[in-house]
Amino acid sequence: MSLFHEMTKKPWLVDPAEANEVREVGAFFLPAGKVGLRVFLVVVTVIFTLITIAYADRMLFANWLPMPEPWVLWLNTALLIASSAAMQFARNGTKQDDMSGVRDGLVWAGVFTFAFLTGQLYVWQQLVDLGYYANTNTANAFFYLLTAAHGLHMAGGLIAWWRSYSRMRRGASVADLRLSVELCTTYWHYLLLIWLVLFALLLIS
Amino acid sequence: MSNGMLEETQVIPLAEVEEVDLYHAHHWITKYVFCQDAKVIAIQYSATAILIGLVGLVLSWLMRLQLGFPEVFDFIDAESYYQYVTMHGMIMVIYLLTALFLGGFGNYLIPLMVGARDMVFPYMNMISYWVYLLAVIVLTVSFFVPGGASGAGWTLYPPQAISEGTPGIDGGIILMLVSLVLFIIGFTMGGLNYVVTVLQARARGMTLMRMPLTVWGIFVATILALLAFPALFVAGVMMLLDRVLGTSFFMPEMIVQGEMTSHENGSPLLFQHLFWFFGHPEVYIVALPAFGVVSDIISTHARKNIFGYRMMVWAIVAIGGLSFIVWAHHMYVSGMNPYFGFFFATTTLIIAVPTALKMYNWVLTLYKGNIHLSIPMLFCIAFILTFLNGGITGLFLGNVIVDIPLSDTMFVVAHFHMVMGIAPVLVIFAAIYHWFPKMSGRMLHEGWGQFHFWITFLGSYLIYFPMHYLGFVGVPRRYFEIGETAFVPPSAATLNEFITVMVLIVGFAQVVFMANIIISIFKGKPAGDNPWNATSLEWQTATTPPGHGNFGDELPVVYRWAYAYSMPGVEADFVPQNMPPGEVKRTDSATGPVAEDPPELHQ
Ligand code: HEM
Ligand SMILES: [Cu+2]
Repeated sequence: MSLFHEMTKKPWLVDPAEANEVREVGAFFLPAGKVGLRVFLVVVTVIFTLITIAYADRMLFANWLPMPEPWVLWLNTALLIASSAAMQFARNGTKQDDMSGVRDGLVWAGVFTFAFLTGQLYVWQQLVDLGYYANTNTANAFFYLLTAAHGLHMAGGLIAWWRSYSRMRRGASVADLRLSVELCTTYWHYLLLIWLVLFALLLIS
Repeated sequence: MSNGMLEETQVIPLAEVEEVDLYHAHHWITKYVFCQDAKVIAIQYSATAILIGLVGLVLSWLMRLQLGFPEVFDFIDAESYYQYVTMHGMIMVIYLLTALFLGGFGNYLIPLMVGARDMVFPYMNMISYWVYLLAVIVLTVSFFVPGGASGAGWTLYPPQAISEGTPGIDGGIILMLVSLVLFIIGFTMGGLNYVVTVLQARARGMTLMRMPLTVWGIFVATILALLAFPALFVAGVMMLLDRVLGTSFFMPEMIVQGEMTSHENGSPLLFQHLFWFFGHPEVYIVALPAFGVVSDIISTHARKNIFGYRMMVWAIVAIGGLSFIVWAHHMYVSGMNPYFGFFFATTTLIIAVPTALKMYNWVLTLYKGNIHLSIPMLFCIAFILTFLNGGITGLFLGNVIVDIPLSDTMFVVAHFHMVMGIAPVLVIFAAIYHWFPKMSGRMLHEGWGQFHFWITFLGSYLIYFPMHYLGFVGVPRRYFEIGETAFVPPSAATLNEFITVMVLIVGFAQVVFMANIIISIFKGKPAGDNPWNATSLEWQTATTPPGHGNFGDELPVVYRWAYAYSMPGVEADFVPQNMPPGEVKRTDSATGPVAEDPPELHQ
């Protein structure tokens, strides 16, 4: 039953068929956690969209000095893809009741994500050494803003990752981990997607 | 077939997984302080919001003292006046109204009204409150740092918000921005709860279209807030970077005191767009819950079903959607392209259509109703009048050509206080008088309520009607003192004195109200479970105030909408949402199929 269909109901009319029988509810056949994550991802999308629009707006200004893209960014992108893949691996493990798959996937996802964040900090360090400060040009400022925003979201994801990981360490079963691993996987894929868009944006400017 | 497929279909319909593991407090700290029960969180949110709201109220008195009696009060100088204006505006809009409607009423009413035991993510809900409290504390601290609070105006426009010459550019503005960012983070955690609880945790039979309009209002307002606050978040962070790191997102090249600043080529207009992309929906974040509450209260206290329920729901949704495409009507004088102005004037006027529709439906609900002039009802009628009033001046200001001369005058101040100052506050009062009996088990004192209502209602008109006139004659807003001008007649000063006296009288009525609350908590008349004979689920709880888990042993099952009042053929003049059709007592004269069965009798 679609939301829209539901909203065309006339509650003041009592349908005899429904009068004595009450129907199930829950607008979506999904656990609350999944609906919650999706709503949150919408919020995240709004944030990144707004920054991107601001970025595009400022690119049109005359004294826009694009930044160099250090090659490390490519490496970081690869790391992020790897972390996403590892998450997917863990997720597949939960589907196939394969605990060792879940474990490997989770561990590697964590490792790759840490490596990604370290790599991003390294890029910052490199740029600062080259004299690209946030206050020298707005292009630089946007670069730091976008990478920081994305990095903080990844770091936030690591908190969720840590909770699944430590539950696993404490001996949670595959079934117990299924939902949280799935949520992490969705989040990782989504943030990978956002990163790819941002990276493309940085490359074309 | 993979297990993955199985998993999608395996999810059990919520009707049967209802019974959740409730969180149980084992220590008084987790029971009353770090509590995950939405009702406790609601009270924490409300108490904090009202406390900081009182600070905002006192600030408005200080402003009015200065405006009414310039040069009398030595302790108010221009700097502190701007700080009062700024902090007053920000506190009232964000930390009082948003927090109270969503964090306070949302937390209290959503689970109870949709028939859930609690919010879906109680832990996150608790964190939401503590982050909000932290935001309030950070904001309050900003009064006491060197240089004091920000004096940039609640709109915080750059470049002046962070430039030399504006009060509070040292610590004040930084703390203000940090506090806003915290508020948004805290709100988002709460907001996810409100949305997902409404979507996924309703009791059996509580279809979307059987939800009380209060829930609809809070639900759509939360969605608006989740989509709009990110704009303020982004703007806040970028301004913080401009201020702290010296970036130039918003800061243009400027010469300050004969020297070039280090900023270059930022775009102040970009800030205005971001700010108002949040700022206009914010009006509806406050107004939609108010709309919902008013619908439910007038229906209950007029013993009549709400007129045009479905239209009301759609109007809420339509207003919510439209509120995202009108923001630039706050920027007619910013120098933007005039064609933009035309577009935004049009959308602004279109919003009046669903809003007017709600007005008509309220009036038609009251029409031939069995109107009980209880205090909540009085406040709701006052709201309808006030919102109508502010809405009409809004139509004036929505037109570019009218707005240009009126912009930044007291007319604007009068307009927005009518729509989003007085009107929502009247609803907050209505809601408190209406639901206090459920929250505390006791009634508020009726006589004091009358006093509070009449002084507040008439007083606010005596405050804000004259202000429209001041705006017409050209008294500018945000002026510490206008001194002598050619165009403002001396009588304006007398009017200003009058307004200030009225403000103090209305302020006194609020003190009476607070006393009424505090005394009634201990000494009020016992309320019983359902003092207003209302139909919605929160009045059908086993105990009052509702215990942990809201609904005793068994969750309610819902058989009808929340507006089954004065139904022909039924003995009582209301039928609770969870009363099985078989138990509805019919009048003796009624024969054959009555009550619920014949659809045409209901509308
Ligand atoms: C007793 C009630 C109130 C009084 C007497 C009052 C008074 C004032 C005054 C004198 C100003 C300064 C006007 C100027 O010179 O620009 C002001 C500004 C403002 N007030 Fe109120 N106010 C009250 C309640 C509220 C409420 C409930 C709200 C909630 C929306 C509110 C929102 C604002 C805003 C947004 C501003 C603009 C601040 C700025 O210009 O930066 N006020 N108020
Ligand atoms: Cu607006």
